[in-house]
Amino acid sequence: MPQSDVLLSATGISKHFGGLAALSEVSIAIRRGEIFGLIGPNGAGKTTLFNVLTGIYAADAGELTFDGKRIDGYKPHRVAQHGIARTFQNIRLFTSMTALENVMVGRHVRTRTGVLGAVLRTRGAIAEELAIVRRAYELLDYCGLTARANDLARDLPYGDQRRLEIARALATEPKLLALDEPAAGMNATETEALKALLERIRSDGVTLLLIEHDMKLVMGLSHSVTVLDYGEKIAEGEPAEVQRNAKVIEAYLGGGLA
Amino acid sequence: MNADLSFNALPAFVRRATWIVIALLLIAAPFLIESTLGRSWVRITDVALLFIMLALGLNIVVGFAGLLDLGYIAFFAVGAYCYALLASPQLGVHWPFLLVLPLSAAVAGLFGILLGAPTLRLRGDYLAIVTLGFGEIIRVFLNNLNRPVNITNGPQGITLIDPLQIGGFSLAHTHELAGLTIAPVHSYYFVFLACAVLSIIISLRLENSRIGRAWMAIRDDELAASAMGINTRNVKLLAFAMGATFGGLAGGLFASFQGFVSPESFHLIDSIMVLCMVVLGGMGNVAGVVLGAVLLTALPEALRYIGPLQQSWFGEILVEPSDARMLLFGLALVLMMLLRPSGIWTSRRRRNAMPAATGESRAPV
Repeated sequence: MPQSDVLLSATGISKHFGGLAALSEVSIAIRRGEIFGLIGPNGAGKTTLFNVLTGIYAADAGELTFDGKRIDGYKPHRVAQHGIARTFQNIRLFTSMTALENVMVGRHVRTRTGVLGAVLRTRGAIAEELAIVRRAYELLDYCGLTARANDLARDLPYGDQRRLEIARALATEPKLLALDEPAAGMNATETEALKALLERIRSDGVTLLLIEHDMKLVMGLSHSVTVLDYGEKIAEGEPAEVQRNAKVIEAYLGGGLA
Repeated sequence: MNADLSFNALPAFVRRATWIVIALLLIAAPFLIESTLGRSWVRITDVALLFIMLALGLNIVVGFAGLLDLGYIAFFAVGAYCYALLASPQLGVHWPFLLVLPLSAAVAGLFGILLGAPTLRLRGDYLAIVTLGFGEIIRVFLNNLNRPVNITNGPQGITLIDPLQIGGFSLAHTHELAGLTIAPVHSYYFVFLACAVLSIIISLRLENSRIGRAWMAIRDDELAASAMGINTRNVKLLAFAMGATFGGLAGGLFASFQGFVSPESFHLIDSIMVLCMVVLGGMGNVAGVVLGAVLLTALPEALRYIGPLQQSWFGEILVEPSDARMLLFGLALVLMMLLRPSGIWTSRRRRNAMPAATGESRAPV
């Protein structure tokens, strides 16, 4: 199968909430294997775009193509099946479950034991359960959370919770990992560790979409950056050129200078 | 640490011996109870086993999947009436129980999906109100499906329901076996015990499975669960169907045990009682739910003794026993919730959810 260079393309995405245009005709194209940064001031529509891409909102207009298939109108679980995993801006872990169990839930979409298999403990079900546990431990280790495996998610320190969300998302075997402000609330050391983790994930073949306010992090990591403001795309390109873009500077520093 | 874990830490032969002792006790239980407390308590034990099945079924819906269901007794009713209609003179059908019992469970499961499908978008209070209505609808239907065609025999209920019959062994007759008198209450005890143990095993296995984790994920955060690829619609319907199946099975057994069903047995208060068993026992924890079912079945019955007790202490009856009984029962519920707000036997997760309740703090290091 010939693989296009573009993994995800969104064309002319619009989303309105009542009279508010949260997104108007936004188009992005994420290439395979890159880290794609999405930035913009608060309320620019970044998270809305995320929610459209992951099926949580249905777009009012526009097309979404992922890995050669149209995915617009898909429910979130089908989007996940097709290979987009995400984390949330305001961490959404399964708080009453352990770190290990959280990651095990991420394996749900790639496993198949049903009620009968679970109740009868069939050989296949037992083998699959073991494989789930093994993979979950590997991913905890990958994200540096092995020591926390049996702690409840709600008891983890903030930075660990953010990394656990990443481990859980990776468990779904995504082609695209979408991260909504993964460094929010992290201190400098934690951010540094996160940066190393994200680079490692990318080098292991997962494409990354990154919303981030930490400019140093996003500019340091991303291969291309798109800037949203008031629901419109105002700039895109390599980090260095975006940083020089007059519109971007205006959006971040306020219109008073213009 | 979890009680279960420390038990598993014991040597294998100790564990095996423990299980054998428990099994022997359970087999001897009806005879021990009869000789100490009287036959009426064997009957109460039978009912407690039915309530264990019911509570475990509701625990799947409320405890695992976090969907508050206030009309759960409706599935018990569906199972009971299904059995009653297919094994009684009411329709003149007398199918064997090995066919009718699974059918009762399956029909109840179907009703579970019927209730689940329109309520998928609802959660919490809103779901509770709809399920409450559903429970009442079923009861009202059973009450009124005697005209123009008499199906359920209305408020009079269905009588002369066939007892369970295994081969030529009718559970409705008293048998003599190796010097033991085995009355119907004893025979039913063993059937109910087998079904209750089966329910416990199924519950435990589901809890620690891919499906069980999906239920708990939905309970904790439905949006995150769907973003992880869980088809929340199917998984929720499955919870409703599984829970209802347990209820239907208990209902079928109940109908054959009583030989009689009427809409009177399936009131809102009965749904609330089962919910109390789940919540008081320890929501989401199978052992706790079993304990809750046993305690809440036994307690109201034990409180019947306050009449004779007053007589012997004060020489007269000061408080009307039937009033005092429910009063004390209510008081007991309030006290239990005050003393152990997250349930009598709490799972590790829930206990940590309320550190103040146990004085345990798990501050992140």
